[in-house]
Amino acid sequence: MSKVRVLVGTRKGAFILTSDGKRDKWEVSGPHFAGWEIYHVKGSPINQDRLYVSQTSGWFGQIVQRSDDGGKTWKTPGGESLPGPGAMPKASNKFVYDTSGESGKPLTTHQFYDGTQHPWEFKRVWHIEPSLTDPDAVYAGIEDAALFRSTDAGESWHELSGLRGHVTGPQWQPGAGGMCLHTVILDLTNPQRIYIAISAAGAFRSDDGGATWKPINKGLYSKYIPNPTAEVGHCVHHVAMHPSRPEVLFMQKHWDVMRSDDAGENWKKISGNLPTDFGFVIDVHAHEPETVYVVPIKSDSEHFPLDGKLRVYRSRSGGNEWEELGNGLPEKDCYVNVLRDAMAVDTLDECGVYFGTTGGQVYASADAGDHWNPIVRNLPAVLSVEVQTLA
Amino acid sequence: MTDPVNEAPRVPSSSIRVMLPYHLRNLAQVGDEITLQVAAPATVRSVLDALEARYPMLQGTIRDHDTLQRRPFLRYFACEQDLSHEPADAPLPDVVAAGKEPLLIIGAIAGG
Repeated sequence: MSKVRVLVGTRKGAFILTSDGKRDKWEVSGPHFAGWEIYHVKGSPINQDRLYVSQTSGWFGQIVQRSDDGGKTWKTPGGESLPGPGAMPKASNKFVYDTSGESGKPLTTHQFYDGTQHPWEFKRVWHIEPSLTDPDAVYAGIEDAALFRSTDAGESWHELSGLRGHVTGPQWQPGAGGMCLHTVILDLTNPQRIYIAISAAGAFRSDDGGATWKPINKGLYSKYIPNPTAEVGHCVHHVAMHPSRPEVLFMQKHWDVMRSDDAGENWKKISGNLPTDFGFVIDVHAHEPETVYVVPIKSDSEHFPLDGKLRVYRSRSGGNEWEELGNGLPEKDCYVNVLRDAMAVDTLDECGVYFGTTGGQVYASADAGDHWNPIVRNLPAVLSVEVQTLA
Repeated sequence: MTDPVNEAPRVPSSSIRVMLPYHLRNLAQVGDEITLQVAAPATVRSVLDALEARYPMLQGTIRDHDTLQRRPFLRYFACEQDLSHEPADAPLPDVVAAGKEPLLIIGAIAGG
């Protein structure tokens, strides 16, 4: 019988929630890496027992760990004890921006809050995206915004510097949460295609495996930047894609819910009847490519649900017409947020939808959003939620 | 002095006791205190070199990967002294070099 494994990153550790296909009884494992901020936990789609976790600490920096047994044990790739005297240590958890001459790019500065140019400084890994085809290949989206790739299961990391070296790089600037590359989307039908998104630069696409990149922000309108239709500078919060339609993208921007039908070349607004189109998460039903989910948040100044009622909104028409889903969700006095990487779907016949809150709840719906139940209520603030559907 | 087997010069070494913060003990999967053999004279730099060679997963967690500068929220203490701002190549206190007192690597106290 199928099982579901929900991978939860929180401010104080990681948790693994497992259930059978009914998804009504859950086992909770954790905290793993207790006390560490866990920005993201994600499993390889082709080796489901291989999990990666990004743990970050102001004291000790960035650690990426890997499990090869579904989270029972963890190790630091490249951090194994040396076989003997004289053996060369590997570069465990080393993320170094590419400044090589071969790149030919001025990869030295970006725009800072005060408008001056500022050196790129590695801070943390926001998002880990394992390859869809190679169990040893994995991407990391980092702050300050850049994309790294490992081809040895996380032992060493190398920047895909064509992104940061894009001619617009010196114009990129951090949002309030830092300048993070938070979204990485791979296309199973075209291994050369990668989508990424950066706050606050916008969305980019590569069609050559990450060597060169193109901003894909036409149609976005952001009134908080000097030129609201600029090529870059938009605060994209998250992007989602259904694997069967890799040309169709859905975006939750700072404000505005957007859709592209041409791989990001053009975007149109699909906020429709949403009560507010500010928010962070967006995701697509596993079997219905036109069914989209968002969690509206009141505003950029008030990061909590409207009127204290936590609601998911679902569109079955690819946007514009949205229905409120609240069965089982708090009706009042709820002032949590749902962060950008904290929603996911499973691929069981009846699609399950999951999201986590900054109040420490992880909600699950086993019927595509019609009914919700909290799996856990009192975790630390949830930073990320991912789901694995296990055979 | 030579090694009787390979006749290479034998380098005097010290057994240095090191105490790590809780999270790094967990990361390295070690107990409260570890002992490292370090060539004399032992210094903060030579102790950390030995520590990272034995526990490579600690690279980058105490000092920067490249610059080897101490991470801002960590401190080096020994014998009730803060050695954090001493030169990394300064000899450690005799009692630390003799293994009588540990070198403490401390995380700054913070709430939340």
